[in-house]
Order: sequence, then structure tokens, then C-alpha cells
Amino acid sequence: MTDTTLAQLSNTAIYSAMAVLTLAMLAYALYLARLVPARERAGDEEAERAPELVAAGAAGAEGAEVADDSGPTTPAVPSSPSSSSVASSAPPSPPASGRDDEPVAARKVAGIGYALTVLGTLLVVAGVLLRAAEVHRWPLGNMYEFAIVGSMFVLLAYVAWSTRRDLRWLGLFVVVPVLLNLGLAITVWYTDASELMPSLRSVWLAIHVSVATLSVAVFTIGFSLGILYLVQDRLESSGRSTTFMARLPRARSLERLAYGVHIVAFPLWTFTVIAGAIWARQAWGSYWNWDPKEVWSFVIWVVYAAYLHARATTGWKRQNATWIALAGFVCLILNFAVVNVFFVGQHSYSGL
Amino acid sequence: MSTTERTRTPSEPPVTQPRLGVVGWARWTWRSLTSMRTALFLLLLLAVAAVPGSTFPQRSIDAARTNQWITDHPTAGPLLDRLGFFDVYASPWFAAIYLLLFVSLIGCVLPRLRIHWHQLRSAPPRAPRRLERLGAHARAEVDADPEEVRERLRTVLRSRRYRVHAHDPTTLSAEKGYVRESGNLVFHLALIGVLVGVAWGHLLGWKGDVILPVGQTFANTLSRYDTFSPGPWVDPTDLEPYTLRLDRLDATFETEDTGRGQFGAPRDFTAHTTFTPADGQPEDRTIRVNHPLETGGGTVFLLGNGYAPHITVTDGDGTVIYSGATPFLPQDNNYTSVGAVKVPGAEPEQLGFAGFFLPTGTIDEQGPRSVFPDLLDPQLVLTGFSGELFPDGAPQSVYTLDTGAMAPLPGTDGSDQLRILLRPGDTVDLPDGRGSVTFDGVDRFAGLSIRTDPGKSLTLASALLALAGLVASLVVRRRRVFVRVGPAEGGTRTVVSVGGLAKDDDEGMGDEVTAVLEALEGHR
Repeated sequence: MTDTTLAQLSNTAIYSAMAVLTLAMLAYALYLARLVPARERAGDEEAERAPELVAAGAAGAEGAEVADDSGPTTPAVPSSPSSSSVASSAPPSPPASGRDDEPVAARKVAGIGYALTVLGTLLVVAGVLLRAAEVHRWPLGNMYEFAIVGSMFVLLAYVAWSTRRDLRWLGLFVVVPVLLNLGLAITVWYTDASELMPSLRSVWLAIHVSVATLSVAVFTIGFSLGILYLVQDRLESSGRSTTFMARLPRARSLERLAYGVHIVAFPLWTFTVIAGAIWARQAWGSYWNWDPKEVWSFVIWVVYAAYLHARATTGWKRQNATWIALAGFVCLILNFAVVNVFFVGQHSYSGL
Repeated sequence: MSTTERTRTPSEPPVTQPRLGVVGWARWTWRSLTSMRTALFLLLLLAVAAVPGSTFPQRSIDAARTNQWITDHPTAGPLLDRLGFFDVYASPWFAAIYLLLFVSLIGCVLPRLRIHWHQLRSAPPRAPRRLERLGAHARAEVDADPEEVRERLRTVLRSRRYRVHAHDPTTLSAEKGYVRESGNLVFHLALIGVLVGVAWGHLLGWKGDVILPVGQTFANTLSRYDTFSPGPWVDPTDLEPYTLRLDRLDATFETEDTGRGQFGAPRDFTAHTTFTPADGQPEDRTIRVNHPLETGGGTVFLLGNGYAPHITVTDGDGTVIYSGATPFLPQDNNYTSVGAVKVPGAEPEQLGFAGFFLPTGTIDEQGPRSVFPDLLDPQLVLTGFSGELFPDGAPQSVYTLDTGAMAPLPGTDGSDQLRILLRPGDTVDLPDGRGSVTFDGVDRFAGLSIRTDPGKSLTLASALLALAGLVASLVVRRRRVFVRVGPAEGGTRTVVSVGGLAKDDDEGMGDEVTAVLEALEGHR
């Protein structure tokens, strides 16, 4: 196969992925907006009570009160603690995430959304692999490639995480940023396949840039969760409830998830900066030159460090801490979309 | 005590203020500085303060661009310059922020270090009276006597890597996840290591740049460097005496026009050199981008390259008064290069030529420029001057001509200014029988940077240690589990109560407590 064919195939895969993801976005939006027919509403009421029982069981204390010592069964430990523990550990995500008051149709729509997301993910992976085959190197040499690989990581992270907990409510907020990113990639940042400039020819390209992209992808999910938390928190404190946000976990749970995602991304970013410094020493002679990209990587690191600090500081509200995390993501976006293109520095690899 | 004192004192009436005294104020300042809030504020301030270094040109990176910016902004330029905006990372205010941050860090970490040390060596605290009040709690009745159940639970907790201690016969106190705090402390202390490494490198490191045309040899002595910036504690006369000859420099550029700006982009640079260590045999070494040469007395990086046209100037009698490869500095991606030829030995006046070297030349309304970085149509475009080359003996750049005390040479065609366009092999006669200029040919030069940084290993090790500590402090959970056993009412059975206390926001504590009870069941 010639490189031109590969290029066309790669672009086709990306375009197809965008189409599929758009459908996934619609499905997820339908799911959240409760526009699917609510035929089974009557039955839902019962289903709604069930998770509350589970919640009580998880708290532990009361569940055990009912302890029946009528256990003629030989096991020394009676059934009640184990049943309470089953209750608390059975749903991979305890009561907070995903409220199970859903009609079957809604579940179907969300299922379709998820299936389409998986398909879109596979198409983006195909697009990236074809691109790599086309350029005969690690596909992380210019803005277009950073963007499609970043999208791939966001989707893979979401799909992988979905296997461990119910994240149907998050789908929309993962697919939308990915679509935006892919759209910009293919229109604004598109760069024809080309070889690398000498300073990029290093094993560190695979290490440093891959981890950086992965880290940004995880931060993206954290950003979505952070925004959702702030919105949900405002709704909860005002006592209003919108149908749209009602399918989402409670604010407290969203905040925990956001934090959980950030503590994965932050060490990755720390590694990115360290690996970048090692590479900078090899390529440019000094591990830290205060090149604009380095400055911004440092700023991002410091802002997210401030987020982790703020969250650990007693007396600081979680909301304010989350705002700092959002500011960190704005810095990430600036670092990618502005510093790459408009700032004069050694990281001039946008390919534009 | 200190907390109330801290909040109350500043607002108290002046009469009582002296009570605080110097020590009190010092303590208040120290407490404020080392508080988490201050650390947070300083962190955010550090982030903001770092930004100007990316928006304004920095002298340490590109002095020429910085000076140009100041010239272009006559009002803001000098003002910002005085405020240190062109040397952000060496400015007092930036240093103040990060030094305060590190003082705050040390002040925060040292007491925690002491507390953690004590905790590591002491048993977990006594079990609270009412375990059901703890955040996570579970209860069960078991067919065994209390002592047996307790011992079984002790084994269970130990196998779950808890440190277990029995303060009295009916309870167990268990704790795990000390690594969380250890990691956190290691992270913060390692950051100090990073800072020390950076400072060490600054004090004892040096860097020097050399432009070395093909065929020439560089000897590692101070006088051979074009620029040399030693750290404050470096003895620049104590350099490892090796030599490096540049045999060949290969450069390849993108020749395929993809239509998206990749045409002419650099693809590979390789310098083939002969390296002779101070007391060793010459050996062939290649230096490439990303593949520097370790010499034992500094690392040689290939950071730039360009063209050094070989130019010969003769006087009226045909005697050679200047001859050599003359590096011209590339100004753009197509290697439009500027340089100067200075002929101090010319008679009756000194001669100077300034102009462009164009590897693939074209001259249009934009002036002379190159349209491709490789040597497809090399041209040398010069203007000639006569007069005094070094009017006040001040040092000047070898790439520019100070024409302050010089007059343009008239053109041979009667114009006011002599303009010469030469291709390799061309010779042009100068007016008034002053001689001739010949463009013999062109070589490449390598822009080498030779650097040492004795602090880099410490910085790297500290950074990796910080990363390890960070991961540990984020992943590991600090958990306390308390157990109380007692006989059930009217029977031989035993009531087991397990309570869990997590130090941080810990969703999984409930599961942990029930898992402990479940393990008791499985562990018979």
C-alpha cells in the first residue's frame, strides 16, 4: 500500500470516528435529557427505593443491627455482616454514581451511546495506527498528531474506566471535548505526513510526548468532572433540580471522582516534565532552558499542585479547589493551542 | 494556643502589643509563612510570576530579540527591563517567591517529619469507646470465645498489612498506610534536592559556544571559545585539554514540497569529528542532534550549523591579505546568513565587507535572500567599506561591521556604493587599485555548545525521588481499624465490633471494615 492510500485511509478513519461519535453524543444527550419515552415510570418507583437500601447497608452501622443470631448454619460468622458487606461492595460504584431509576428505554439509549463510543474509539485507534504506518515513525510529531492521539487516549481512558464502573452519565462530557478536538485537528491543525526534524528523532519522543498526551487526556476527563461537580453543587445548594443533571451522581461523589482522576494525571504530568528535561539535556544541552513550552509546563504543574494543596487544606472549600483545577486545564489548553503556534521557542513543532 | 494568639494579636489595642515582643512576632511570621494557606498562595503566585518569561523575550535565551523588543517599545521596554521582565527567572521577585515557598515548605515539613517519626515508632492509638460512632463500622457474632476471635482478627489485620497493637485484652488497634505520609515528606524533601541540584549546577557549571568550520580543529582552552559563561565558582583556566577536529558536516533538508511548510525543513545533521582526549589517541566520533559527545570535560552538543564561505582578499600587488573560511550566521530557516569580512591589513585604509551569504540565492524586492537551505545556487552579496575597522578599540561582533568610522567604497561602475555579487570561483576587482575579492568556495560550520552541569545528577535523582514519593502519597491510604470483642448476651458466642477511621476522604473504608470481618469468617 502506498503512503497516499494510507493517508487517505487514516483520514477516512478519523472522519468516520467523528460521525460515529456525533451519534454517540446524540444518544448520550438523549439519555441525560430523558427524552426517551418513560413508559415504565411506574415500575421505576420501586427501583428507586432499592439503591437507598443499598446505601443504608453500605453505611454499615444500621445494617448490622438486624443481626440475626438464628444462624443454625455452621459458619461462625453469621450472615448479617456478610450480607451487609455484599450490599456495600456489590455495585462497583456505591450509591452515589449512576442512579438506577431508569426506564429500560433510557438504559438502551445509553447502551447505544456506549457502543457507538467504543466503535468511535476503535476508529480513532485505526486512524492513529494508519497515520503511524504512513509516516513510518511514532505518530507524535506535530499538532495534528498530538490532537488525534490525545483524543484516542481520552476515549480509551473512558472506555477502560467504564468497564469498572457505570459511567454512562459521563459519556456526553467525554465525547463532546473529543469531537471538538478532532474537528480542530482535521481543519486547523491538519499537517501532511512528514518526517521529523532532527531534534525530534529520539526515543524520548515516544516516552515524553506519549505520556504528556496521555496526561492531558486524563486531565481532560478531570476537567469535565470538575465542571459537572460545580454545576451539580450549585444545583444542590439552591435546591433546584434539572432533569438533565439528575442522571448524574451527587456533587460530593463527582468531586471525589474529579480528584481521583486528577491524582492519576498529576504524576503523569510530573513524569512528562522530568522526561522532557532529560530529553532537553540531550537535544539542547541543558535540561531546563525556560523555553515558553517549559515555562507553561511548569505553570501547569504548579497550578495542579496548588489544586492538590487546596484540597488538602482544611478551611478551603472543595469548590474553590476545583476552580484551581479548572484553571490548570485552561493553562493546558493555552500550552497546546497558543504556545505551540504563536510563541517563539524551541518547541516549534506544530507543523503549521 | 498559638492559633488564638495569632488571630487575636494583630488587632489588639496598642497597649498590649509589646507583650508579643520580637520573639512573638517572629513566631507569628513563621507560623503564617509555614501555613498551608500561605503555601497555596505562594504556589499560585509562582505560577503567575512564571508567565511573563514566556510572553516577553528573555535575555538568557535570545539577547538580540530582547534588545530589539526594548528598542521597539521605547516607553515600556526600559521600564520592564528595570523590573526584570527580560530576566524573569533571575529576577529578585521571582527568587523571592520560590525561596519563600521553600522556606514555607521546610517549615511545614520539619515538624511533620518529627511527628511522623514518632508515629512510625509508636503503637496505634487506643480504640475509642464506641466504635459504632466511627465513619465505618460493622458488627458480627461469632461462635468462638473472645480471645480466640481477637487473635484471629490480629492475624487477619496483620495479613492485610496493618500494624496491630493490643492496648487491653478486649481491643485491637491497627493502622496502615504510613507510606502515605512518608511519600509526602519524601516528595517535599526531594523538591529541596531539586533546588539544590539546580543551584549547584548554576554555581559550578559552565557553557561555551564555538563555531567550527569544517577542517578546523578546536582546542579546549578558554581563548578558543566564542562565548564562555562560567558559573560563579568555576575556574575557567582549568579546562580539560582535548581537541576536536570537524572533518565533515552532513546536513539534509526536506526536498519534497508537501504544500504545508515542510519544504526545506531540516531532516538530519551529523558532524563527523576526530576527538583527541587530553592523553589519548585520536578517535572518530560523530556528533548529532540528540547524540552529544561526552568528552570527560564537558559535553559537546551540535546545536547549530551554517555556512562559512571561503573568501580571499588581495591587495593591489596581488598579495593575499585575507584568506579563510568566514562563518556567516543564518537568520532564517533557509539560511539567509549575515556576516562580515574585516581586512585590517589593507593599505592605504583598512577594508571591511558586510553582507549576505545565500545558499540558494535570489534577489528581489525583499532584498537578497535564500529560498532553500541547501547549496543549490550559493551566492555571496557584499558591500564594501574603507576606513577604520575598530575605531575605539572596543570589542565588536565578528559578524557585523561597525561602519561608524568607515566610508562606502565607490562602485567600479561609478555608483556611490560598491556592491558585489559572487558565485563560487568568482573574483571581483576593487576600485582604485585596492585589490580584489575572491569567493573560493563554501564549507559548512558546526555550532557547537560545550557544557557541564555537575548538579544535574542530583536534580534528576531528586526529581525521580519526588515522583516516587508523590505517587506513594497519592495512592496509599492511611487507615486505622479498631476491634472490640466481648461475650454475647447469654451465650458462648462473641460479639465482634470493627470500626474504621480513615485519615483522608476515603470512600473505601466501609468496604475495608466489612472485608476484615469477612476475612475473619474465611480465616478459621
